[in-house]
Amino acid sequence: MKLTLFVWRQPSGASSGQLVRYEAPDVSPDMSFLEMLDVVNEGLVLRGEAPIAFDHDCREGICGSCGLMINGIAHGPMKGTATCQLHMRSFKDGDTIYVEPWRARAFPVVKDLVVDRSAFDRIMAAGGFVSVSTGSAPDGNAIPVPKPDADLAMDAAACIGCGACVAACPNASAMLFTSAKVGHLQLLPQGQPERHRRALGMEAQMEAEGFGGCTWHGECQEACPKGISIDWITRLHRDFIAATVTQREESAADAGF
Amino acid sequence: MTRILGFWRSVVGKKVVMGATGLIMIGFVVVHMLGNLQAFLGSEKLNAYGALLHGPLHEVTLLLRGVLLAAVVLHIVAAVQLTLLDRAARPVGYARKVPQAATPASRTLRLGGVLLLAFIVFHLLHFTTGQVHPEFIPGDVYHNLVSGLSRPLVALFYIVSMLALGLHLYHGAWASLRSLGAAQPAPSPLHRPVARVLAVVVWLGFTIVPVAVLLGWLA
Ligand code: HEM
Ligand code: FES
Repeated sequence: MKLTLFVWRQPSGASSGQLVRYEAPDVSPDMSFLEMLDVVNEGLVLRGEAPIAFDHDCREGICGSCGLMINGIAHGPMKGTATCQLHMRSFKDGDTIYVEPWRARAFPVVKDLVVDRSAFDRIMAAGGFVSVSTGSAPDGNAIPVPKPDADLAMDAAACIGCGACVAACPNASAMLFTSAKVGHLQLLPQGQPERHRRALGMEAQMEAEGFGGCTWHGECQEACPKGISIDWITRLHRDFIAATVTQREESAADAGF
Repeated sequence: MTRILGFWRSVVGKKVVMGATGLIMIGFVVVHMLGNLQAFLGSEKLNAYGALLHGPLHEVTLLLRGVLLAAVVLHIVAAVQLTLLDRAARPVGYARKVPQAATPASRTLRLGGVLLLAFIVFHLLHFTTGQVHPEFIPGDVYHNLVSGLSRPLVALFYIVSMLALGLHLYHGAWASLRSLGAAQPAPSPLHRPVARVLAVVVWLGFTIVPVAVLLGWLA
Protein backbone atom coordinates (compact mmCIF):
# COMPACT_ATOMS: atom_id res chain seq x y z
CA MET A 1 0.00 0.00 0.00
CA LYS A 2 1.02 3.57 -0.69
CA LEU A 3 -0.14 6.16 1.81
CA THR A 4 0.18 9.88 2.34
CA LEU A 5 0.47 10.97 5.96
CA PHE A 6 -0.03 14.34 7.57
CA VAL A 7 1.61 14.07 10.97
CA TRP A 8 1.69 16.65 13.75
CA ARG A 9 5.32 17.60 14.41
CA GLN A 10 6.19 19.73 17.41
CA PRO A 11 9.75 19.66 18.78
CA SER A 12 8.69 20.43 22.36
CA GLY A 13 5.78 21.61 24.46
CA ALA A 14 7.09 25.15 24.39
CA SER A 15 7.50 25.38 20.62
CA SER A 16 4.81 25.63 17.99
CA GLY A 17 3.94 22.73 15.74
CA GLN A 18 2.47 21.92 12.35
CA LEU A 19 1.21 19.08 10.21
CA VAL A 20 4.01 17.69 8.03
CA ARG A 21 3.41 15.60 4.91
CA TYR A 22 5.15 12.22 4.57
CA GLU A 23 4.87 9.58 1.87
CA ALA A 24 4.74 5.96 3.02
CA PRO A 25 5.27 4.08 -0.23
CA ASP A 26 5.59 0.53 1.03
CA VAL A 27 3.06 -0.31 3.73
CA SER A 28 1.88 -3.87 4.33
CA PRO A 29 -1.81 -4.29 5.28
CA ASP A 30 -0.64 -6.66 8.04
CA MET A 31 1.33 -3.95 9.84
CA SER A 32 -0.18 -2.36 12.90
CA PHE A 33 -0.55 1.40 12.77
CA LEU A 34 2.44 1.79 15.09
CA GLU A 35 4.56 -0.54 12.95
CA MET A 36 3.68 1.61 9.96
CA LEU A 37 4.98 4.63 11.92
CA ASP A 38 8.11 2.63 12.84
CA VAL A 39 8.78 2.09 9.14
CA VAL A 40 8.25 5.76 8.37
CA ASN A 41 10.61 6.60 11.23
CA GLU A 42 13.34 4.29 9.86
CA GLY A 43 13.18 6.26 6.63
CA LEU A 44 13.39 9.53 8.54
CA VAL A 45 16.39 8.37 10.54
CA LEU A 46 18.18 7.23 7.36
CA ARG A 47 17.61 10.67 5.89
CA GLY A 48 19.02 12.22 9.05
CA GLU A 49 15.69 13.65 10.22
CA ALA A 50 14.21 13.35 13.70
CA PRO A 51 11.83 10.40 14.01
CA ILE A 52 8.18 11.00 14.87
CA ALA A 53 7.72 10.66 18.62
CA PHE A 54 4.69 8.64 19.77
CA ASP A 55 3.78 6.78 22.95
CA HIS A 56 3.55 3.00 23.04
CA ASP A 57 4.44 0.13 25.31
CA CYS A 58 2.65 -3.22 25.32
CA ARG A 59 1.41 -3.01 21.72
CA GLU A 60 -1.27 -5.49 22.64
CA GLY A 61 -4.06 -3.16 23.66
CA ILE A 62 -3.77 -3.47 27.43
CA CYS A 63 -1.42 -0.82 28.78
CA GLY A 64 -3.07 2.36 27.55
CA SER A 65 0.16 4.03 26.44
CA CYS A 66 -0.69 4.43 22.79
CA GLY A 67 -3.29 6.82 21.49
CA LEU A 68 -3.50 8.88 18.32
CA MET A 69 -6.17 10.89 16.61
CA ILE A 70 -6.33 9.17 13.22
CA ASN A 71 -8.33 10.91 10.50
CA GLY A 72 -10.38 12.67 13.15
CA ILE A 73 -11.26 9.52 15.11
CA ALA A 74 -9.59 8.64 18.41
CA HIS A 75 -7.65 5.36 17.94
CA GLY A 76 -8.76 5.33 14.30
CA PRO A 77 -11.65 3.79 12.40
CA MET A 78 -11.76 0.36 14.07
CA LYS A 79 -14.20 0.22 17.00
CA GLY A 80 -13.11 -1.13 20.36
CA THR A 81 -9.45 -1.02 19.41
CA ALA A 82 -6.44 0.87 20.70
CA THR A 83 -4.07 2.41 18.14
CA CYS A 84 -1.53 -0.39 18.60
CA GLN A 85 -4.16 -2.97 17.65
CA LEU A 86 -5.35 -1.05 14.61
CA HIS A 87 -4.03 -2.64 11.44
CA MET A 88 -3.32 -1.06 8.11
CA ARG A 89 -5.91 -3.30 6.44
CA SER A 90 -8.41 -0.80 7.84
CA PHE A 91 -7.10 1.62 5.19
CA LYS A 92 -7.02 1.58 1.39
CA ASP A 93 -4.13 1.99 -1.00
CA GLY A 94 -3.72 5.68 -1.79
CA ASP A 95 -5.39 6.90 1.42
CA THR A 96 -4.41 10.15 3.08
CA ILE A 97 -4.17 9.84 6.86
CA TYR A 98 -4.08 12.70 9.36
CA VAL A 99 -2.29 11.81 12.60
CA GLU A 100 -2.67 14.21 15.51
CA PRO A 101 -2.02 14.06 19.25
CA TRP A 102 -4.83 14.03 21.85
CA ARG A 103 -5.94 17.63 22.25
CA ALA A 104 -6.81 18.93 25.70
CA ARG A 105 -5.58 21.67 27.99
CA ALA A 106 -5.02 18.99 30.63
CA PHE A 107 -2.94 16.88 28.21
CA PRO A 108 -0.13 19.22 27.10
CA VAL A 109 1.95 18.08 24.13
CA VAL A 110 5.40 16.86 25.17
CA LYS A 111 6.70 16.23 21.68
CA ASP A 112 5.05 15.46 18.31
CA LEU A 113 2.29 12.95 19.13
CA VAL A 114 3.24 12.43 22.78
CA VAL A 115 1.08 14.14 25.39
CA ASP A 116 1.47 14.31 29.15
CA ARG A 117 -1.41 12.37 30.73
CA SER A 118 -0.28 12.65 34.34
CA ALA A 119 -3.53 14.54 35.03
CA PHE A 120 -5.11 11.06 35.03
CA ASP A 121 -2.65 9.89 37.68
CA ARG A 122 -3.59 12.82 39.90
CA ILE A 123 -7.30 12.00 39.49
CA MET A 124 -6.50 8.45 40.58
CA ALA A 125 -4.51 9.70 43.56
CA ALA A 126 -7.56 11.72 44.63
CA GLY A 127 -9.56 8.59 45.47
CA GLY A 128 -9.21 5.86 42.86
CA PHE A 129 -8.12 3.28 45.41
CA VAL A 130 -9.24 1.48 48.54
CA SER A 131 -7.27 1.93 51.72
CA VAL A 132 -6.23 -1.32 53.35
CA SER A 133 -3.67 -2.06 55.95
CA THR A 134 -0.82 -3.89 54.33
CA GLY A 135 0.33 -7.22 55.66
CA SER A 136 -0.11 -10.76 54.54
CA ALA A 137 -2.41 -11.26 51.56
CA PRO A 138 -6.03 -11.84 52.60
CA ASP A 139 -7.75 -15.11 51.73
CA GLY A 140 -9.38 -15.15 48.33
CA ASN A 141 -13.18 -14.73 48.45
CA ALA A 142 -13.05 -13.87 52.15
CA ILE A 143 -15.41 -11.03 51.29
CA PRO A 144 -18.30 -12.30 49.15
CA VAL A 145 -19.12 -10.19 46.09
CA PRO A 146 -22.32 -10.85 44.12
CA LYS A 147 -21.44 -12.10 40.65
CA PRO A 148 -23.41 -9.40 38.75
CA ASP A 149 -21.62 -6.69 40.75
CA ALA A 150 -18.24 -8.27 40.10
CA ASP A 151 -18.99 -8.44 36.37
CA LEU A 152 -20.18 -4.87 36.22
CA ALA A 153 -17.21 -3.61 38.24
CA MET A 154 -14.93 -5.44 35.80
CA ASP A 155 -16.56 -3.61 32.86
CA ALA A 156 -15.38 -0.30 34.31
CA ALA A 157 -12.10 -1.66 35.63
CA ALA A 158 -11.24 -2.53 32.02
CA CYS A 159 -10.31 1.15 31.54
CA ILE A 160 -6.67 1.33 30.48
CA GLY A 161 -6.45 5.09 30.95
CA CYS A 162 -5.46 5.83 27.37
CA GLY A 163 -7.30 9.16 27.26
CA ALA A 164 -9.30 8.50 24.08
CA CYS A 165 -12.48 9.60 25.89
CA VAL A 166 -10.95 13.02 26.55
CA ALA A 167 -9.56 13.23 23.03
CA ALA A 168 -12.89 12.40 21.41
CA CYS A 169 -15.06 14.57 23.63
CA PRO A 170 -15.95 17.94 22.09
CA ASN A 171 -15.53 19.39 25.60
CA ALA A 172 -12.30 17.52 26.39
CA SER A 173 -14.12 16.11 29.39
CA ALA A 174 -12.63 13.32 31.49
CA MET A 175 -15.97 12.16 32.83
CA LEU A 176 -15.83 8.70 31.26
CA PHE A 177 -12.37 8.00 32.70
CA THR A 178 -13.22 9.46 36.10
CA SER A 179 -16.59 7.75 36.33
CA ALA A 180 -15.09 4.37 35.42
CA LYS A 181 -12.35 4.77 38.00
CA VAL A 182 -14.84 5.87 40.66
CA GLY A 183 -17.53 3.42 39.60
CA HIS A 184 -15.84 0.05 39.76
CA LEU A 185 -14.87 0.56 43.40
CA GLN A 186 -18.34 1.82 44.37
CA LEU A 187 -19.79 -1.57 43.41
CA LEU A 188 -17.49 -3.59 45.64
CA PRO A 189 -17.70 -4.03 49.41
CA GLN A 190 -14.10 -2.87 49.77
CA GLY A 191 -15.00 0.43 48.16
CA GLN A 192 -17.82 1.34 50.52
CA PRO A 193 -16.04 3.11 53.42
CA GLU A 194 -14.60 5.77 51.11
CA ARG A 195 -17.37 5.98 48.53
CA HIS A 196 -18.40 9.58 49.23
CA ARG A 197 -14.96 11.06 49.49
CA ARG A 198 -13.97 9.13 46.36
CA ALA A 199 -16.82 10.58 44.28
CA LEU A 200 -16.26 14.12 45.56
CA GLY A 201 -12.47 13.97 45.56
CA MET A 202 -11.98 12.56 42.09
CA GLU A 203 -14.57 14.90 40.59
CA ALA A 204 -12.84 17.86 42.20
CA GLN A 205 -9.44 16.77 40.91
CA MET A 206 -10.85 16.28 37.41
CA GLU A 207 -12.04 19.88 37.51
CA ALA A 208 -8.78 21.17 38.92
CA GLU A 209 -6.92 19.59 36.01
CA GLY A 210 -8.91 21.70 33.55
CA PHE A 211 -11.02 19.05 31.84
CA GLY A 212 -14.44 20.10 30.49
CA GLY A 213 -17.91 18.95 31.53
CA CYS A 214 -20.16 16.27 30.05
CA THR A 215 -22.80 17.33 27.52
CA TRP A 216 -23.80 13.71 26.81
CA HIS A 217 -22.64 13.74 23.21
CA GLY A 218 -21.63 10.07 23.65
CA GLU A 219 -18.37 10.49 21.72
CA CYS A 220 -16.34 8.99 24.60
CA GLN A 221 -18.00 5.59 24.66
CA GLU A 222 -17.65 5.28 20.89
CA ALA A 223 -13.93 6.06 21.16
CA CYS A 224 -13.22 3.83 24.18
CA PRO A 225 -11.12 0.81 23.15
CA LYS A 226 -12.69 -1.07 26.05
CA GLY A 227 -16.28 -0.17 25.22
CA ILE A 228 -16.95 1.53 28.55
CA SER A 229 -20.50 2.93 28.61
CA ILE A 230 -21.72 6.42 29.48
CA ASP A 231 -23.91 4.65 32.05
CA TRP A 232 -20.86 5.03 34.31
CA ILE A 233 -21.16 8.80 34.03
CA THR A 234 -24.79 8.53 35.14
CA ARG A 235 -23.62 6.48 38.11
CA LEU A 236 -21.03 9.10 39.01
CA HIS A 237 -23.73 11.79 38.93
CA ARG A 238 -25.84 9.66 41.28
CA ASP A 239 -22.88 9.10 43.61
CA PHE A 240 -21.97 12.78 43.54
CA ILE A 241 -25.54 13.79 44.46
CA ALA A 242 -25.67 11.19 47.24
CA ALA A 243 -22.31 12.30 48.60
CA THR A 244 -23.42 15.93 48.64
CA VAL A 245 -26.80 15.23 50.24
CA THR A 246 -25.63 12.87 52.97
CA GLN A 247 -22.24 14.51 53.38
CA ARG A 248 -21.29 11.62 55.59
CA GLU A 249 -17.72 12.39 56.55
CA GLU A 250 -15.92 9.13 57.03
CA SER A 251 -13.59 9.56 59.93
CA ALA A 252 -9.90 9.27 59.24
CA ALA A 253 -9.88 6.01 61.21
CA ASP A 254 -12.67 4.59 59.01
CA ALA A 255 -10.67 5.22 55.91
CA GLY A 256 -7.53 3.73 57.35
CA PHE A 257 -5.44 6.88 57.21
CA MET B 1 -25.14 26.67 52.57
CA THR B 2 -21.49 25.91 51.82
CA ARG B 3 -22.70 22.51 50.70
CA ILE B 4 -25.11 24.04 48.18
CA LEU B 5 -22.49 26.49 46.96
CA GLY B 6 -19.92 23.73 46.57
CA PHE B 7 -22.43 21.68 44.60
CA TRP B 8 -23.21 24.63 42.33
CA ARG B 9 -19.51 25.37 41.80
CA SER B 10 -18.71 21.83 40.71
CA VAL B 11 -19.06 20.78 37.08
CA VAL B 12 -21.22 17.78 37.91
CA GLY B 13 -23.38 19.86 40.26
CA LYS B 14 -23.96 22.42 37.53
CA LYS B 15 -24.99 19.70 35.13
CA VAL B 16 -27.46 18.41 37.72
CA VAL B 17 -28.88 21.94 37.97
CA MET B 18 -29.10 22.15 34.17
CA GLY B 19 -30.95 18.86 34.03
CA ALA B 20 -33.35 19.76 36.86
CA THR B 21 -34.13 23.23 35.50
CA GLY B 22 -34.47 21.73 32.03
CA LEU B 23 -37.05 19.26 33.33
CA ILE B 24 -38.99 22.07 35.01
CA MET B 25 -39.05 23.92 31.70
CA ILE B 26 -40.10 20.78 29.86
CA GLY B 27 -43.04 20.42 32.27
CA PHE B 28 -44.01 24.02 31.58
CA VAL B 29 -43.57 23.67 27.84
CA VAL B 30 -45.90 20.65 27.69
CA VAL B 31 -48.63 22.39 29.71
CA HIS B 32 -48.18 25.55 27.66
CA MET B 33 -48.53 23.59 24.44
CA LEU B 34 -51.76 21.99 25.62
CA GLY B 35 -53.00 25.44 26.59
CA ASN B 36 -52.22 26.82 23.13
CA LEU B 37 -53.97 23.98 21.36
CA GLN B 38 -57.25 25.23 22.86
CA ALA B 39 -57.09 27.86 20.13
CA PHE B 40 -58.53 25.17 17.87
CA LEU B 41 -61.58 24.96 20.17
CA GLY B 42 -62.46 28.58 19.45
CA SER B 43 -61.83 32.01 20.89
CA GLU B 44 -64.19 31.59 23.89
CA LYS B 45 -62.35 28.50 25.12
CA LEU B 46 -58.90 30.05 24.77
CA ASN B 47 -59.90 33.34 26.34
CA ALA B 48 -61.63 31.53 29.16
CA TYR B 49 -58.43 29.58 29.83
CA GLY B 50 -56.49 32.87 29.88
CA ALA B 51 -59.05 34.40 32.23
CA LEU B 52 -58.78 31.36 34.50
CA LEU B 53 -55.00 31.71 34.77
CA HIS B 54 -55.19 35.43 35.50
CA GLY B 55 -58.36 35.28 37.62
CA PRO B 56 -59.03 32.45 40.07
CA LEU B 57 -55.60 30.88 39.55
CA HIS B 58 -53.71 34.18 39.72
CA GLU B 59 -51.61 33.22 42.74
CA VAL B 60 -50.71 29.87 41.24
CA THR B 61 -49.70 31.59 38.02
CA LEU B 62 -47.49 34.02 39.89
CA LEU B 63 -45.84 31.23 41.84
CA LEU B 64 -45.18 29.21 38.70
CA ARG B 65 -43.80 32.28 37.00
CA GLY B 66 -41.34 32.67 39.86
CA VAL B 67 -40.27 29.05 39.64
CA LEU B 68 -39.86 29.30 35.87
CA LEU B 69 -37.90 32.52 36.05
CA ALA B 70 -35.54 30.94 38.57
CA ALA B 71 -35.20 27.86 36.36
CA VAL B 72 -34.47 29.91 33.25
CA VAL B 73 -31.89 32.06 35.02
CA LEU B 74 -30.10 29.08 36.60
CA HIS B 75 -30.21 27.18 33.31
CA ILE B 76 -28.68 30.08 31.39
CA VAL B 77 -26.01 30.90 33.96
CA ALA B 78 -24.96 27.25 34.14
CA ALA B 79 -25.03 26.99 30.32
CA VAL B 80 -22.75 30.00 29.93
CA GLN B 81 -20.33 28.87 32.62
CA LEU B 82 -20.15 25.30 31.33
CA THR B 83 -19.67 26.51 27.77
CA LEU B 84 -16.74 28.71 28.80
CA LEU B 85 -15.22 25.87 30.79
CA ASP B 86 -15.63 23.40 27.92
CA ARG B 87 -14.11 25.82 25.43
CA ALA B 88 -11.11 26.43 27.68
CA ALA B 89 -10.58 22.68 28.06
CA ARG B 90 -9.47 22.40 24.42
CA PRO B 91 -7.39 25.47 23.48
CA VAL B 92 -5.93 23.79 20.37
CA GLY B 93 -8.42 21.99 18.13
CA TYR B 94 -8.00 19.16 15.63
CA ALA B 95 -7.30 19.58 11.93
CA ARG B 96 -9.63 16.62 11.40
CA LYS B 97 -12.44 15.59 13.74
CA VAL B 98 -15.22 13.25 12.68
CA PRO B 99 -18.12 12.96 15.15
CA GLN B 100 -18.98 9.34 15.90
CA ALA B 101 -21.98 9.74 18.18
CA ALA B 102 -22.80 13.42 18.60
CA THR B 103 -26.13 14.29 16.93
CA PRO B 104 -27.20 17.52 15.22
CA ALA B 105 -29.27 18.05 18.38
CA SER B 106 -26.34 17.69 20.79
CA ARG B 107 -24.13 19.86 18.63
CA THR B 108 -26.65 22.70 18.38
CA LEU B 109 -27.54 22.87 22.09
CA ARG B 110 -25.67 26.12 22.56
CA LEU B 111 -26.67 27.82 19.36
CA GLY B 112 -30.24 26.63 19.85
CA GLY B 113 -30.12 27.81 23.46
CA VAL B 114 -29.20 31.32 22.39
CA LEU B 115 -32.03 31.31 19.84
CA LEU B 116 -34.45 30.08 22.51
CA LEU B 117 -33.39 32.89 24.82
CA ALA B 118 -34.02 35.44 22.09
CA PHE B 119 -37.32 33.76 21.42
CA ILE B 120 -38.39 33.81 25.07
CA VAL B 121 -37.67 37.54 25.35
CA PHE B 122 -39.51 38.35 22.12
CA HIS B 123 -42.38 36.03 22.97
CA LEU B 124 -42.98 37.65 26.36
CA LEU B 125 -42.91 41.15 24.85
CA HIS B 126 -45.22 39.89 22.12
CA PHE B 127 -48.01 37.98 23.85
CA THR B 128 -47.58 38.67 27.57
CA THR B 129 -46.87 42.39 27.80
CA GLY B 130 -47.64 43.39 24.20
CA GLN B 131 -44.82 45.91 23.67
CA VAL B 132 -43.87 44.48 20.29
CA HIS B 133 -47.46 43.61 19.32
CA PRO B 134 -49.09 46.46 17.36
CA GLU B 135 -52.65 45.17 17.83
CA PHE B 136 -52.39 44.00 21.43
CA ILE B 137 -55.63 43.90 23.44
CA PRO B 138 -55.03 42.89 27.09
CA GLY B 139 -57.14 39.83 27.94
CA ASP B 140 -58.17 38.96 24.38
CA VAL B 141 -55.76 36.05 24.00
CA TYR B 142 -57.30 34.68 20.82
CA HIS B 143 -57.27 38.01 19.02
CA ASN B 144 -53.66 38.66 20.06
CA LEU B 145 -52.60 35.23 18.92
CA VAL B 146 -54.22 35.33 15.51
CA SER B 147 -53.36 38.94 14.69
CA GLY B 148 -49.80 38.51 16.01
CA LEU B 149 -49.09 35.39 13.98
CA SER B 150 -50.71 36.72 10.80
CA ARG B 151 -47.48 38.53 10.06
CA PRO B 152 -45.45 35.99 8.05
CA LEU B 153 -42.06 37.08 9.42
CA VAL B 154 -43.26 36.80 13.01
CA ALA B 155 -44.82 33.41 12.29
CA LEU B 156 -41.58 32.29 10.65
CA PHE B 157 -39.60 33.29 13.74
CA TYR B 158 -41.98 31.20 15.86
CA ILE B 159 -41.66 28.25 13.50
CA VAL B 160 -37.86 28.34 13.41
CA SER B 161 -37.66 28.75 17.18
CA MET B 162 -39.86 25.70 17.70
CA LEU B 163 -37.51 23.71 15.50
CA ALA B 164 -34.72 24.74 17.86
CA LEU B 165 -36.90 23.75 20.82
CA GLY B 166 -37.60 20.33 19.33
CA LEU B 167 -33.88 19.71 18.76
CA HIS B 168 -33.02 20.99 22.23
CA LEU B 169 -35.54 18.58 23.73
CA TYR B 170 -34.49 15.61 21.61
CA HIS B 171 -31.15 15.83 23.36
CA GLY B 172 -32.14 17.52 26.63
CA ALA B 173 -35.10 15.39 27.66
CA TRP B 174 -32.86 12.34 27.44
CA ALA B 175 -29.74 13.97 28.88
CA SER B 176 -31.48 15.51 31.88
CA LEU B 177 -32.34 12.13 33.39
CA ARG B 178 -28.70 11.11 33.00
CA SER B 179 -27.47 14.32 34.62
CA LEU B 180 -29.86 13.73 37.50
CA GLY B 181 -28.48 10.21 37.84
CA ALA B 182 -32.00 8.86 37.32
CA ALA B 183 -31.54 7.08 33.99
CA GLN B 184 -31.31 3.30 34.24
CA PRO B 185 -28.35 1.50 32.69
CA ALA B 186 -29.14 0.44 29.14
CA PRO B 187 -27.49 -1.77 26.52
CA SER B 188 -27.47 1.17 24.10
CA PRO B 189 -27.50 4.27 26.28
CA LEU B 190 -27.75 6.61 23.30
CA HIS B 191 -31.20 5.33 22.35
CA ARG B 192 -33.94 7.63 23.54
CA PRO B 193 -37.42 6.58 22.46
CA VAL B 194 -39.26 8.74 25.01
CA ALA B 195 -37.26 11.89 24.28
CA ARG B 196 -37.78 11.35 20.57
CA VAL B 197 -41.57 11.18 20.93
CA LEU B 198 -41.62 14.12 23.34
CA ALA B 199 -39.52 16.26 21.00
CA VAL B 200 -41.72 15.52 18.00
CA VAL B 201 -44.96 16.05 19.94
CA VAL B 202 -43.78 19.36 21.41
CA TRP B 203 -42.41 20.55 18.08
CA LEU B 204 -45.62 19.70 16.20
CA GLY B 205 -47.91 20.88 18.99
CA PHE B 206 -46.39 24.35 18.96
CA THR B 207 -45.69 24.64 15.25
CA ILE B 208 -49.25 23.81 14.21
CA VAL B 209 -50.53 27.08 15.70
CA PRO B 210 -48.57 29.61 13.58
CA VAL B 211 -49.00 27.31 10.57
CA ALA B 212 -52.76 27.22 11.13
CA VAL B 213 -52.91 31.01 11.34
CA LEU B 214 -50.86 31.41 8.17
CA LEU B 215 -53.12 28.95 6.35
CA GLY B 216 -56.21 30.75 7.58
CA TRP B 217 -57.50 27.85 9.72
CA LEU B 218 -57.63 30.14 12.73
CA ALA B 219 -59.13 33.55 12.09
C1 HEM C 1 -33.36 30.05 27.74
C2 HEM C 1 -32.47 29.76 26.88
C3 HEM C 1 -31.72 28.44 26.93
C4 HEM C 1 -30.37 28.29 26.86
C5 HEM C 1 -29.36 29.41 26.71
C6 HEM C 1 -30.09 26.88 26.95
C7 HEM C 1 -28.83 26.34 26.86
C8 HEM C 1 -28.53 25.00 27.07
C9 HEM C 1 -27.22 24.41 26.93
C10 HEM C 1 -25.95 25.15 26.50
C11 HEM C 1 -27.33 23.11 27.26
C12 HEM C 1 -26.17 22.08 27.31
C13 HEM C 1 -25.35 22.24 28.56
C14 HEM C 1 -24.09 21.42 28.55
O1 HEM C 1 -24.16 20.24 28.85
O2 HEM C 1 -23.01 21.94 28.25
C15 HEM C 1 -28.70 22.85 27.61
C16 HEM C 1 -29.22 21.65 28.02
C17 HEM C 1 -30.57 21.43 28.30
N1 HEM C 1 -31.62 22.31 28.09
FE1 HEM C 1 -31.45 24.23 27.61
N2 HEM C 1 -31.25 26.20 27.11
C18 HEM C 1 -32.30 27.11 27.09
C19 HEM C 1 -33.65 26.85 27.16
C20 HEM C 1 -34.19 25.61 27.44
C21 HEM C 1 -35.62 25.31 27.47
C22 HEM C 1 -36.74 26.30 27.15
C23 HEM C 1 -35.72 23.99 27.85
C24 HEM C 1 -36.93 23.13 28.09
C25 HEM C 1 -38.09 23.31 27.62
C26 HEM C 1 -34.39 23.48 28.03
C27 HEM C 1 -34.08 22.21 28.41
C28 HEM C 1 -32.81 21.68 28.48
C29 HEM C 1 -32.51 20.37 28.98
C30 HEM C 1 -33.51 19.35 29.51
C31 HEM C 1 -31.11 20.21 28.87
C32 HEM C 1 -30.27 18.98 29.24
C33 HEM C 1 -29.52 19.22 30.50
C34 HEM C 1 -28.60 18.06 30.77
O3 HEM C 1 -27.74 17.75 29.95
O4 HEM C 1 -28.74 17.46 31.82
N3 HEM C 1 -33.48 24.48 27.77
N4 HEM C 1 -29.42 24.03 27.48
S1 FES D 1 0.62 0.23 23.39
FE1 FES D 1 -0.30 -0.63 25.13
S2 FES D 1 -2.38 -0.30 24.72
FE2 FES D 1 -1.48 0.32 22.85
